[in-house]
Amino acid sequence: MIDDLLPIILLSLRVSGTALAISAVIGIPLGAWLGLQRGRWQALAATILYTGMGLPPVVVGLAVYLLLSRSGPLGGLGWLFTPNAMIAAQVIISLPLVAGLTMTAELSVDPALRQKLTALGATPRQVTATILYEARFGVVVGLIAGFGAAISEVGAVMLVGGNIEGQTRVLTTAIVLLTRQGLFEAALILGAILLALTFVANLIVARWQWGDVMSET
Amino acid sequence: MSLYTLESVVQEYGGRRVLEIERFTVEPREILGIVGPSGAGKSTLLRLMAFVEPATGGEISFGGEAARGPETPLELRRRVTMVFQRPVLLHRSVAENVAFGLRVRGEADARRKVDAALAQVGLTELAGKGAAKLSGGEAQRAALARALVLDPDVLLLDEPTANLDPYNVGLIEAIVREQNAARGTTVVLVTHNVFQAKRLATRAGLLLGGRLVELAPNDEFFESPKDQRTAAFVRGEMVY
Repeated sequence: MIDDLLPIILLSLRVSGTALAISAVIGIPLGAWLGLQRGRWQALAATILYTGMGLPPVVVGLAVYLLLSRSGPLGGLGWLFTPNAMIAAQVIISLPLVAGLTMTAELSVDPALRQKLTALGATPRQVTATILYEARFGVVVGLIAGFGAAISEVGAVMLVGGNIEGQTRVLTTAIVLLTRQGLFEAALILGAILLALTFVANLIVARWQWGDVMSET
Repeated sequence: MSLYTLESVVQEYGGRRVLEIERFTVEPREILGIVGPSGAGKSTLLRLMAFVEPATGGEISFGGEAARGPETPLELRRRVTMVFQRPVLLHRSVAENVAFGLRVRGEADARRKVDAALAQVGLTELAGKGAAKLSGGEAQRAALARALVLDPDVLLLDEPTANLDPYNVGLIEAIVREQNAARGTTVVLVTHNVFQAKRLATRAGLLLGGRLVELAPNDEFFESPKDQRTAAFVRGEMVY
């Protein structure tokens, strides 16, 4: 049993972990930059990001499918029904969460702080890094939300991955398959594993976050 | 040579003119007190002098070099620091807050300087405590230590004792006096408290409606002001 499950668990972690890493690399600087802008179009950018947070995974899956299909504009990549396609879909799902929550976290930092740090001799880059550090709890919440959305979604990875055994089968798609086959006990076990993975990831972050809060008091 | 020279400086926000200074200088090693009612443009003047925002018009020079707000050369900008009316401390320990300016300058010997600055403001015991837990007076003293640790040429103080109890007011005033006397730090203090300006300043000025009404040595400003509005303000009468 465990021999069958392990590759599924590892692939789930690899796909969602990679998607989260890509979302973090793009989303944190993007959210940080947007959070520091004070223009009329910032509201538009925020609206687009917030809309992105609610993207239906199955619609994302459909869009990525059409992009990566043989006749699609990115068909030449040959990614359809591979983990790369699943990662791409999960990046689209988690990126708005990471960027949007980073932006919101930055907006919650006292706007006067920028001038105060500048008056202490910080360069613009040092000011931005410090503000981002001040907003770190919100950024971490964005990462948790991004990881949660990526690892728990099923519609997109089912469409673009195809749930191929040993190749693109992850926890969520395996649960769907087992349920369809009437193997509810096995489906529940996988569900529990999925929940446990999310719980452990959140626990690690929460312990760090709480330790940081306690050290300030 | 004057440390600061402001010529025809204008500051506007959204088309509203909040500051209009024909000429204004700050001399080395003095304590200059700028008084005036709320909304007179005192904080705006300090922010321009701290280079944290550019002026809408006019020229500001510091140490003989042209300043351009945040675009001012970093080495020039770092000779000046400012303590704001409302201290915003980072979500870190008191010592880490005080070390901030040193850290951004890449100072290796921060620990010794931070300890000295904390001792100067009487916060040694609270060095490891979270800044969020400080009282108003302690937070303002920590903000002052964060500025003093940099040993700046110019210390700009924006209502540094507003809303503080008499103990903290006395403590902060003593620190400012000591810093000026022992280190030769030039201090520009803006306050609506004429008594504080009288106690601390060697020269004082009145700002009303964004314009500098009078600027004179302390004795002259408080004892025999030339302008009637200055006389009324130092008597404690409301002037707008």
